[in-house]
Amino acid sequence: MFVPLVLVGGIIFGFGLGFSHMARPEVVLNFLQFEDFGLLFVMFGGAAVTGLAFFVTPRVLDRAPLTGDRFERRLKPFDRNVLVGGGIFGVGWGLSGICPGAAYASLGIGNVTILWAIAGMFLGAYAQGWWRSRTDTADPAATGAD
Amino acid sequence: MVPELVALQVAADLFPNGIGRYAVGGLLVGLGAAVIYVGTGISAGASTFLESTLSYVSGQSRFRQYVASRDWRLVFTLGIVLGAAVYAVVYQGGAWTTEVAWWRLLAGGVLVGVGTRVGKGCTSGHGVCGVGSASKTSLAGVLAFLATAILTAQVVAALGG
Repeated sequence: MFVPLVLVGGIIFGFGLGFSHMARPEVVLNFLQFEDFGLLFVMFGGAAVTGLAFFVTPRVLDRAPLTGDRFERRLKPFDRNVLVGGGIFGVGWGLSGICPGAAYASLGIGNVTILWAIAGMFLGAYAQGWWRSRTDTADPAATGAD
Repeated sequence: MVPELVALQVAADLFPNGIGRYAVGGLLVGLGAAVIYVGTGISAGASTFLESTLSYVSGQSRFRQYVASRDWRLVFTLGIVLGAAVYAVVYQGGAWTTEVAWWRLLAGGVLVGVGTRVGKGCTSGHGVCGVGSASKTSLAGVLAFLATAILTAQVVAALGG
């Protein structure tokens, strides 16, 4: 049941990205150029629903039904990487109008041109992984990210 | 009367396409993440898929840490593609393609790929799930990428890109 549930969640998530027009880079760029502020409703609308789920679920259920895991708050630790990585992400987002989830959804709405962006994301993720795997091995004490 | 007209004009300027599609779409994006969280306890994001999928073809230690989750992350991404395809069939009436230049998509994609992994999250992991859990780390990440994204998009537009 675990995998089917993830599939259903992904379908709802992707349908939402299509419906909100976030799968279209032009709409994201319009937001960043202050021509249409609708994106704020997507991000905060989504955050409102997940916030409700994060708040209510641990108070109703002891463990997740499909994994037996506890509903812990697994917060990502803050360090300089969050700002540096976020800053780099933003330059890419502002240049292309595309982010990972929206890129997959964009493929779903028939936008084959988006394969350029998906190829780029894999290249970028590979480059940082290659680089950081090397530096992690060279100096294991210096790891602090993730 | 006049204040109402001014308010309507401001709303039309800020939201030329209304807010319905954005609000409903955003609630659905959140619902998709919430369904997975309630069933599994996992707070899902879209960008870890990049590294977890690379673990199928690369032995780098950064990617190996995602071997255990790579199968379901692939399913999550397939679900996103499928869900968007359902939207396209039902509401869009066929395929839609972007006019954004290929080099902007490619170069932007590379930076997104680097930045999201170094910065520990993207618009769904930080923006939707992180903000939803009131994570200070995610709020800082969102502010960082919003600032540079707005700056970049404005500069590119000013240069006529």
